[in-house]
Amino acid sequence: MTALGKVVRTTAFKLSAIYIAVFSIFAVSFVLYISYSANVLLNDQIRATIAAEIRGLAEQGRTGGIAAIFQTIEERSHQPGASLYLITDVNGRILTGNISQVPADIFERSGIGPITVTYERNIGEGSRHVAMVQVLRLPGGFWMLVGRDIGEHEQFREIIGRALAWAAALMIGLAVLSWFFVSRRVLKRIDSVSDTSRRIVAGDLSGRLEVTGTGDEFDRLAESLNAMLARIEHLLYGLKDVSDNIAHDLKTPLTRLRSRVEGVLAGPADIDTYRDALESTIEESDHLIKTFNALLMIARTEAGSADGAMSEVEAGAIVRDVAELYEPVAEEEGGDLTVSVSEPVTLKASRELLGQALANLIDNALKYAKGDAGRPLKIVVSSAREGSDLVLRVADNGVGVPEADRERVLQRFVRLEASRSQSGSGLGLSLVAAVARLHHGTIELGDNHPGLVVTIRLPIETA
Amino acid sequence: MQREQRDPMRLLIIEDDKEAAAYLCKALREAGHVADHADDGETGAAMAIEGGYDVLVVDRMLPKRDGLSIIEELRRRNDETPALILSALGQVDDRVTGLRSGGDDYLAKPYAFTELLARVEALARRRRPGEAETVYRVGDLELDRLGHTVTRAGQSVPLQPREFRLLEYLMKNAGQVVTRTMLLENVWDYHFDPQTNVIDVHISRLRGKIDKGFETPLLHTVRGAGYMIRDSAR
Repeated sequence: MTALGKVVRTTAFKLSAIYIAVFSIFAVSFVLYISYSANVLLNDQIRATIAAEIRGLAEQGRTGGIAAIFQTIEERSHQPGASLYLITDVNGRILTGNISQVPADIFERSGIGPITVTYERNIGEGSRHVAMVQVLRLPGGFWMLVGRDIGEHEQFREIIGRALAWAAALMIGLAVLSWFFVSRRVLKRIDSVSDTSRRIVAGDLSGRLEVTGTGDEFDRLAESLNAMLARIEHLLYGLKDVSDNIAHDLKTPLTRLRSRVEGVLAGPADIDTYRDALESTIEESDHLIKTFNALLMIARTEAGSADGAMSEVEAGAIVRDVAELYEPVAEEEGGDLTVSVSEPVTLKASRELLGQALANLIDNALKYAKGDAGRPLKIVVSSAREGSDLVLRVADNGVGVPEADRERVLQRFVRLEASRSQSGSGLGLSLVAAVARLHHGTIELGDNHPGLVVTIRLPIETA
Repeated sequence: MQREQRDPMRLLIIEDDKEAAAYLCKALREAGHVADHADDGETGAAMAIEGGYDVLVVDRMLPKRDGLSIIEELRRRNDETPALILSALGQVDDRVTGLRSGGDDYLAKPYAFTELLARVEALARRRRPGEAETVYRVGDLELDRLGHTVTRAGQSVPLQPREFRLLEYLMKNAGQVVTRTMLLENVWDYHFDPQTNVIDVHISRLRGKIDKGFETPLLHTVRGAGYMIRDSAR
């Protein structure tokens, strides 16, 4: 496709073409209207002047007769900037006036309104002028002609016409020019968007659209698209993470499972050995299923597809329910689990997922916090409103998490060395983080002096 | 497995995985029930509409016809046969759609057979008379659902509200295995899988209140499956 063809097919071009056409029609009509109005105005002025002259001469004639008219014309004819006068006898012989030559048929056209004629001012000069004249018949067979030279008006009209034509041409020219620059700019931005998209399609997910910082509609579009791209990138890497993790953390126990069965089969055929092997196989596969479910749950929560289960829930009730579920376990461990709900807070959330997040946090506290012997375990689960946020906290007085590791433990499968001996998939906290994100909130690990405090902060009003 | 003798149930398994279905039917028959199998949605729908089953076990994704649409059609025909939905999905929102389309219970694959059996039996029991009983009795244990009181051998047993609901659910399904997830779902209304033995601790507390000091225990642990409340003296 030629460059021109490409330009012609753009929306910018088509729109500009329409605008230019409409604008040109408007500009030309405007010019025509102005010229026409100016013409009418000038002609009216001339007619009025001629009529005034005639009225003046008629007044002279009434008081002083033909002679007075002759005299007045004689006087006026030679003043600078005078009107045009001519008096002839019945045969057309010039008696007085400042015109030397008029068309011969002019006297036959007398009586009607002022007419436009060409005339010569002095005999033999050869240059013809244009005038508007009124011809009258005087008593005694004389013809009188009174008029105004309209050459200057014609010139003036021409100047106006030319100026307006130039103005119109200039306006159209500027419109075309500005269209050219605007559409070039638009095309450039569009081309940059297409280039970036093509790069992204080709696999470079880190590509982002250019934001010029002018805050114009292209910037707004680019910002929205960039947010979308960031989300897609995040989801895709999440998916990649999941597959990597599935490969690693599911294959390891699967291999273990397989080797065990293989080992038992290779050994002596003993019914009790077989039974043991089968039982441990079931146990192992149950554990695998749990890990798998947790992974899927995280992936789906992060993808936001659990939205369907959102409803109006009261956070305090969830906190109390889950705490009540775990309270006997804590007590059995020689610890103490208390609930602190400052006020009821209602928000749109998934009761199931918030419940599970709290359960995971309490589970973690029960599992990992008791490492610090000599101190009875104390867990406090709280729900409070802080500004426009709902804040859920699970605090323990255990060994805590070193500051350097706090960010890391939120990732999938990350388990601190100290807790390797404990059973668990290493997915508990990442699910909590995913649940927080699903509710547009945040999760934060802090120091409880001593112990760990996990804070989930969720906006109560989500847009 | 300890289990009370009772009338056999007639079950319809609609499941396209032939091996899984064969295993399931065999295990159900061994448990004393009658199980029919349909391996696609259309056959399954035809058999279900014909009727005569106590419980339907319906896989969600089936060839020819979606499992949920079968249940929806039955409900439109005012057929209230309890249906257990099996699904490889098992997320919260899938469960919600499953139950909304008329299913009575939802079980995610892969499942333990004991879990499925316990749930199917609980569903079958729902249809039997006794649902409207206001007093549950197991041996000398009595639970008054309206008065919210529990007595054992005439002595009042004070229970916390949650303990009362736990005992109520167990007694409603007296003589049947109730799994930990069933308890979590029905007593606490949560569907996640707690990592710790939370339910066991609640049960042992309850046991301390209703069985302690009595000669015959009523609340039994069924190994590898769950719990059962039952009058073992009978």
